Amino acid sequence: MSTTFEAFETRAAAVSAEVHRFATRHEGLAFIEGFLREVGVSEAPGSGALWVDGSFLEGIGPAHVTSQVPGVSFEVTREAAAVAKVGISQLDWAIAGTGTLVQDATAVEKRLVSTLPPIHLAVLGTERILADFNSVLQRLQPEQINYIAFITGPSRTADIERVLTIGVHGPERLIVVVVDDFEKVTA
Amino acid sequence: MTTEFKDSIETALHNPNLTGALGRFSEAYRISRAKAYEGIDFEAVRDRIAEVKGNASSRFEELAEQFKANAERRGAKVFRTSDPAEVKRYILDLAKAQNVQSVVKSKSMASEEIHLNKAFEQAGIQVDETDLGEWIIQLAHQTPSHMVMPAIHMTKEEVAEVFSQEVEAGQAPDIPKLVKFARGKLRPKFLAADMGITGANIAVAETGSLVIITNEGNARLVTTLPRIHVAIVGIEKLVAQVADIDPILTALPRSATGQLLTSYVSMLSGQVPNTDGSPKDLHIILMDNHRSDMVKDPKFKEALQCIRCATCLNVCPVFRLVGGHVFGKTYTGGIGTILTAWFDELKKSEDIQGLCIQCGSCVPVCPGKIDIPGLILELRRRLVVEQGQSLAMKAIFGVVNNRRLFHSMLRMASVTQKPFKQGRFIRHLPLFLSDMTDFRSLPAIAPEPFRDKFKAIAQPKQAEKVVFYAGCLIDFAYPETGMALVKILNKAGIEVVFPENQTCCGAPARYSGAYEVAAQNARDNIKALLETDATYVVSACPTCTVALKHDFLDTFKTLGITDAMGEAQRLSDRTIDFSSLVKKLVDEGRLTFKEGQHLGKITYHDSCHLKRTLKATDEPRELLQKAGHEIAEMYECDTCCGMAGSYSLKLPEISAPILERKLKHIKDTGADKVVMDCPGCVMQIRGGLDKDGSPIQVEHTAERLEDRFE
Repeated sequence: MSTTFEAFETRAAAVSAEVHRFATRHEGLAFIEGFLREVGVSEAPGSGALWVDGSFLEGIGPAHVTSQVPGVSFEVTREAAAVAKVGISQLDWAIAGTGTLVQDATAVEKRLVSTLPPIHLAVLGTERILADFNSVLQRLQPEQINYIAFITGPSRTADIERVLTIGVHGPERLIVVVVDDFEKVTA
Repeated sequence: MTTEFKDSIETALHNPNLTGALGRFSEAYRISRAKAYEGIDFEAVRDRIAEVKGNASSRFEELAEQFKANAERRGAKVFRTSDPAEVKRYILDLAKAQNVQSVVKSKSMASEEIHLNKAFEQAGIQVDETDLGEWIIQLAHQTPSHMVMPAIHMTKEEVAEVFSQEVEAGQAPDIPKLVKFARGKLRPKFLAADMGITGANIAVAETGSLVIITNEGNARLVTTLPRIHVAIVGIEKLVAQVADIDPILTALPRSATGQLLTSYVSMLSGQVPNTDGSPKDLHIILMDNHRSDMVKDPKFKEALQCIRCATCLNVCPVFRLVGGHVFGKTYTGGIGTILTAWFDELKKSEDIQGLCIQCGSCVPVCPGKIDIPGLILELRRRLVVEQGQSLAMKAIFGVVNNRRLFHSMLRMASVTQKPFKQGRFIRHLPLFLSDMTDFRSLPAIAPEPFRDKFKAIAQPKQAEKVVFYAGCLIDFAYPETGMALVKILNKAGIEVVFPENQTCCGAPARYSGAYEVAAQNARDNIKALLETDATYVVSACPTCTVALKHDFLDTFKTLGITDAMGEAQRLSDRTIDFSSLVKKLVDEGRLTFKEGQHLGKITYHDSCHLKRTLKATDEPRELLQKAGHEIAEMYECDTCCGMAGSYSLKLPEISAPILERKLKHIKDTGADKVVMDCPGCVMQIRGGLDKDGSPIQVEHTAERLEDRFE
């Protein structure tokens, strides 16, 4: 597993994603709270963070997060996403070979928080990192899922003079928080 | 060629922004592509793509119906049509019925193909491209010059000017700021739009899925925010099953932009919820527009294996000089020429097909395994069949098909060239012919052709005989190359036979689309070359070798000539190029290099036909090294020199800058000799260096090896 993680981390870092790994969800959450404070998430207009709740917070609860970092909201709407600074969501799988995150993004909330805010923070269980595209497609089957999103690094363009520029229409930063003890809640 | 077309080439060549940007990109592209494919078996990947897409195109009707059924089962409405006008009508009707005020689009070549934006504008509906390159092009009222990078021809200064004029005054030519500006201006458009339009890179029949690949993330917004999503999909995007996505997704980002994967890949299968919870109104248009006509054409069916990566543009020595706008249509470059001929009409490819220099650079790197130069040659042939040859060409081929007349004219030329001749070169020609000597000198016709010199050689009689096919250039301009070849083969105990009735190999006719002429040349040569019972038929011209080995067969096959196929095959089996034969003789111990030779540094130029058709790249290098040379490889050693037979006569303005690059790369090695296996390249490169006054010597490998054996 750890070599798979390292391969993922190397590939993801190569496309400007910022990868952080923690042993427990609590450590991961502490990092996330610190990160949100650091980038200035608050209740002020245009400074909010939007979190699509998932199993990551099981046993912890959204209320804990909002009490720690005011400005985090779990009410994901189009209007809120359009002005949020950070979007947070849980990703289903990752591909080590290309540094890619994969998600069943049929629920529109998941798409809103990963497309509109300038920062997308993704949480993921270490054991969810698989070798390649086909291994993921065996688990997230397009026969059953209407919107599968593959995300590899932040939004980028090279349309002007072939100069790579990060953050054109989607997020300009992609933070990936990988947690080892996720298995218990996602199994 | 029309004056308009010639003018557009002239304009492109004199646009330093364009040639600078494309030149730098083509150099960086080679490196990033190679890096992206590290650890990947490209041949295996493209075999699968060719198989997957080849199979799909044989079953378009079935797969389209299957796709429709599956997508509709999942809530999409699927509209199938072969007519671009119906696509536009469907979308406009929908827009009106749904009270659509504004539309955002992510990149779709299919929508460019049918000029959808124009239709929206005429209907008074606001439409905005959101791919940055497409948006720039839209604001500048231009068409995309490249399939993947639509605005690659523009500098940041030009982009800033377009933004300042069309959107908001005062934009500075600073790329990160321009990108931020685009994000800021387009974001409200995404949020306000009622309809989103996308293309699709892949459509999967068994699940009704669309795969959309982007880097900017605009397609994710286009498919998420507006309440209506319309996807316009050419039926060539269909594949049978989910497993077929893998090879295409492996190749497309790597070949298109040197990425392992783009930032975003979205797989949409049926309806998804809108932001207000209502189900998305999803419409998928499967557009034919002559694609199923292509399926029925045994030659052009393979063009449907294209995945639109634009590699054939990126590696093309002509595209990097002229860019995409000279093609005048939606699809540009090599594959664009083919698609234009089908999606518009054959006649529309008349001028642009002439841009292909037939160097074959795109063939080994095409993920769809499409023989692009081969198909362009077929367009050329069909145009000649449809419209006939020009009178001038007819006159030329009339001569070429009469060996006696042709050869006596060449002999006469050695006399009539006298006023222009300086030593072994013609440096200037008068009037309209001056184009030919503007950028390089031409070789003077030799006073005594090889066929006459050959008679004077006293060869020892040997049991083993090899037939030598000289070709026009060696016979009449460079007889010394032939003399060197005879000397070397004699050392190996082989007697060289030169059949007098051999004539032009037919390449000039074939590459001009005059297959009937080429077929007659083929018949004459087959007869002459098979008369002697020989181990090999050897040529020191790779283009002639390819003619004897491959083109005669293909010309007959294309024309449906069956009676000569057996003989053509016999000749093909016997034919070999000079370096491959000598390498064989060295390996067999029949030729031994002089020992302990230190002959110094040379550089080697790979000729197009030798490298890409005959695949002989190591043979000449190994021989030259064993002879005692050190090879200093030049940059882009296998890029065309710009000669390409009559190309340098038809499009000297393109041939000249291609040659200029080649000469620079030769000089950069510091070698005082450049060696090559093709007399055509010798003519071009020697003429260019002479014009430059450079002391670098240009030699055919045969001459360089002439005195190197025991």
